[in-house]
Amino acid sequence: MRVQHLFTACIIAVGVPGAVLAQQPAPRTSGAYMNTSFVGLMDFGWSTEPDVGSLQLGDHDPRVRGFSIPNGELALDGTVDPYFKGFTNIVYKLDAQGETGVELEEMYFLTTSLPGNLQLKGGQFFAEFGRQNPQHPHAWAFADEPLVLHRMFGPEGLRSQGLRLSWLVPTSWYTEATVGVFNSAGGTTFSFRSDESAEIHGGAPDERDVRDPADLLVVPRVATSFDLSSTQTLLVGVSGAFGPNSSGPDARTQIYGTDLYWKWKSPRAHQGFPFVSFQAEGMTRRYTAGRRVSSENPNVTFSDEVLRDQGAYAQVVWGIKPLVVAGLRGEFATGSVAAFASPTRANRVRVSPNLTWYPTEFSKFRLQYNYDFRDGLGPDHSVWMQIEFLLGAHAAHKF
Amino acid sequence: MTTLTLRILATTAALAGLGAATPPARKLDVVATTPDLAALATAIGGDLVEVKALAKPTEDPHFVDAKPSHIVTLNRADVLIDGGAELELGWLPPLLESARNGKLAAGAPGRISVSQGIRLLEVPTTFDRSQGDVHALGNPHFLIDPVNVKVIAGQIADHFALVDPANAAVFKANLKTFNGALDAKEAGWQKQLEPYRGVKIVTYHNDFVYLAERFNLDVVETLEPKPGIAPSPAHLAKVIGTMKAQNARVILVQPFQNRKTAETVARQTDALVLDIAQQPGAIPNTGTYFDLMDYIVRTLATAFAEKK
Repeated sequence: MRVQHLFTACIIAVGVPGAVLAQQPAPRTSGAYMNTSFVGLMDFGWSTEPDVGSLQLGDHDPRVRGFSIPNGELALDGTVDPYFKGFTNIVYKLDAQGETGVELEEMYFLTTSLPGNLQLKGGQFFAEFGRQNPQHPHAWAFADEPLVLHRMFGPEGLRSQGLRLSWLVPTSWYTEATVGVFNSAGGTTFSFRSDESAEIHGGAPDERDVRDPADLLVVPRVATSFDLSSTQTLLVGVSGAFGPNSSGPDARTQIYGTDLYWKWKSPRAHQGFPFVSFQAEGMTRRYTAGRRVSSENPNVTFSDEVLRDQGAYAQVVWGIKPLVVAGLRGEFATGSVAAFASPTRANRVRVSPNLTWYPTEFSKFRLQYNYDFRDGLGPDHSVWMQIEFLLGAHAAHKF
Repeated sequence: MTTLTLRILATTAALAGLGAATPPARKLDVVATTPDLAALATAIGGDLVEVKALAKPTEDPHFVDAKPSHIVTLNRADVLIDGGAELELGWLPPLLESARNGKLAAGAPGRISVSQGIRLLEVPTTFDRSQGDVHALGNPHFLIDPVNVKVIAGQIADHFALVDPANAAVFKANLKTFNGALDAKEAGWQKQLEPYRGVKIVTYHNDFVYLAERFNLDVVETLEPKPGIAPSPAHLAKVIGTMKAQNARVILVQPFQNRKTAETVARQTDALVLDIAQQPGAIPNTGTYFDLMDYIVRTLATAFAEKK
């Protein structure tokens, strides 16, 4: 809670006539030096697959049969000075063995006053690729990460250290063009020079330093939006991610994506309800795998080849009445046949209905069923209950 | 440099200067977060401003979508008028962040956070969220009080004059006209409601305390047990008991609130459910602040007379 605001407000409120205050406006704003908030997320449930980690691939998904704590997120944000805002997200999580992990998920500055409708972001942050990748689990409509996001960006999403320049195009409707430039190595650049990319190509990762600018990861995006009526809004975008991968010295990856979000909200919305939204993303990846030695057997060498993967999800979310939401998501991910039979590239479909009840906007209970079908492994069924609480003034959501 | 060149430069500079002294008339682009603020901006700005409201008059102003079209609107604005006191906390910050318009930064002449001049009611001395969605800075639904409106109209005129000094006199004159009309109107509203001093009313959300204070009404219950918490059967039973015991026979409901709940309570208490709005335009023929207040006072007086 903002003690400082309360204090200021109390001082202002002590019996001073409004007319006097009008002549001597007292400072009273929503922005303190720093906002602090915390999101606590826990899951419990069961799956027919005993190795839950092989089924629930996201880092913030349920991890085991029984109870999981996949996300305790401390968020700090505020205005730095007349030129910058600052944001930090520190995530605490328990792995399948109950061990605590801590990561600096995001830490970035954002300019507030560049000319020409430009805006610069810098630090460690989620790449603005598609709709869900930059969102934190608190804003997701489902208890787990879509399959296609894992396929392309791995368990933690696509984020790295870099700079992003955005241009709000001076059109009469919303159009924003962004380009991000990032380091292409590290654990959160799954399809690029990640040290975990052996999961994709099966070879020992090519370890090297950055040779030239082409070794950086580039993520361009254009998004545009229209109000179809006073109650309906459409937001569409196309994104790309281009950079080197770790299967060989000259191996590269290209990912293309398109996303769509449509929302209807009642003109008489109470607490934002009722509403209906539709969200879909499709992605395709061309992964040039170099000639590489198997990471598991040094006597095996895989020849160079092109690995192709696609995937998409579509979800409908219906805010039935205040604080009650029903959702349905359908999704698939496929991968081409390759020399290394990667489990993470296997064909798979999943259907997930869910129901969410928010006692208030600061807490959440979500019940979700997943029907999974993995090629070669057959169907699996899972039921997850997700519980979330929120402390402090959590940052408001973007559309 | 030759004399001729100097002359040409001087002439060019003079022409440029002349152009700057008489710019083409462009209306101030004013954005208000809610229609009530937009109505005041129109009254003060008149023909010199183009006013747009972000929230619809019929929707809950705490929960407006941060639509991308609002980003474009804010990107082009000369002036932003917001209620402040955390009314728009859930949606305005991300819009401003994306709009990247320095003219609207906190403290800039183009930013009018109107709650800064208002004596807010119900500022909690201690609170946490077990009390519901209580606002740390006080109750933000203050625009329904004509005295507050007068303060805000003054703030708007002051800021308009800072942003567009050439027309400062016009804004001042518009303010004077508005205040004169407001004084006359308020005297009439007070007279209409004077016979009902102390009448007990019930509201859905805790959003009419300023109206009650100004016109000496007594809000004895809200249908929400706590701000932002949905009415429960147990709480409604308590409300019904209080209404019967204290002879409260009027329930005020805004367009976005659940009228059915109010009707259920009204049936058991022989009460009237009144459709009242805080936003001009939410109810037909209430496009200006005066239209809206005329409607509210008339509706209340009629209901109080009927249920007296």
